[in-house]
Amino acid sequence: MNQKIKQETKDIELIIGKILRVGVFVAAAVILAGLAMFLIEGTGGYPANAHPSRPAAIIQGAIALKPYAVLMVGLFLLILTPVLRVVVSIYAFFKEQDWLYTWITTAVLVILIGAMVIGYFG
Amino acid sequence: MVTQALILAGVGLMAGVLGALLGLGGGIIITPVLTLILGLPIQYAIAASIVAVIATSSGATIAYLKDEMLNLRVAMFLEIATTVGAVLGAILTGLFNANILYFLFGALLLFSVYNMIRKMLMKPENIKAPVPDKAAARLNLNGEYFDKSTNQLVNYQVTNVPGGFAMMFGAGLASGLLGIGSGAFKVLAMDTIMKMPLKPSTATSNLMMGVTAAASATVYFFNGSLQPQIAAPLAIGILIGATLGTRLMQIMPTKVLRWIFIPVIGYMGLQMLLKGFGVTIG
Repeated sequence: MNQKIKQETKDIELIIGKILRVGVFVAAAVILAGLAMFLIEGTGGYPANAHPSRPAAIIQGAIALKPYAVLMVGLFLLILTPVLRVVVSIYAFFKEQDWLYTWITTAVLVILIGAMVIGYFG
Repeated sequence: MVTQALILAGVGLMAGVLGALLGLGGGIIITPVLTLILGLPIQYAIAASIVAVIATSSGATIAYLKDEMLNLRVAMFLEIATTVGAVLGAILTGLFNANILYFLFGALLLFSVYNMIRKMLMKPENIKAPVPDKAAARLNLNGEYFDKSTNQLVNYQVTNVPGGFAMMFGAGLASGLLGIGSGAFKVLAMDTIMKMPLKPSTATSNLMMGVTAAASATVYFFNGSLQPQIAAPLAIGILIGATLGTRLMQIMPTKVLRWIFIPVIGYMGLQMLLKGFGVTIG
């Protein structure tokens, strides 16, 4: 492995590490807040066995501070953490002018966005 | 409902600790406990479990990044295969009958038992002769890592890229379908098929798990399979449990623990397999 690739890989890994740490921390904090609300109120804020899964419903519920909606926001942030990692990697590979891996990483992101669309419409 | 949330947080904690101590992902422990013991529908258990996989993967990757063990390019390239497999798996979970899922999960648990026994009887890692590989060179997949136990920089080359890519598709499929990290399959693809050394294989597999799980988790999130009251307490429990588990690993006799838990996992596997055929045993 040549020196340039070695250095750029190191830089990218450092950024990814930071992103993961912040992402997990924020997601865990939101989930904990939602759980605390759920335990105090004793209800999720929705009828039995129902929870919001559409973005609009989740946002509305979260603004109204309904426990299940807050939990869904937290869970989404947790799911988003690895996605964010892919986004940062694209930028990092692009900045290092590694075109091959800019494309490969973009392909991964496109698949992840495709998954959201499939889940939403499927 | 509140009691259930507390029980689930406990399950997550236990799964996190055990997963780390036994060298399995937490996902493989969560689904049997949620279905066999708590009686939750298997589809909900799988969706909750995949979120727990993201939690453990992100936690583990933070630890590995400091070690500079992982191969980022191998991870990114193979993630194309795992994410496509994972999305397909998540779609299939919605279409399959619960019995098929029980059967597949039971088979997976029995395979894990076999894999755990094989690993424990295995001799220390033998150095693999590097085989120059055109595809690997073009894709810049070859790497190096610093081995702490021998105190030297190890250069390695990967080979059989198409074979590893195909195996990774299967690993992604299993991950999305059954809500597991499928780390064992990923390590198999890199270590056995692509001839990457075990240490970077394991670190890279951990990094890939999160992205793979995110692909199927978004499908579960938006199609309504992800139940917040199940997934949220589990995720918090497993985050704490996995951190605790990695600490405990250094002071606990993991080998003894593994021998104790192999029959337990084998028994759960048998139970799930039989449930797939509509038979329930105590």
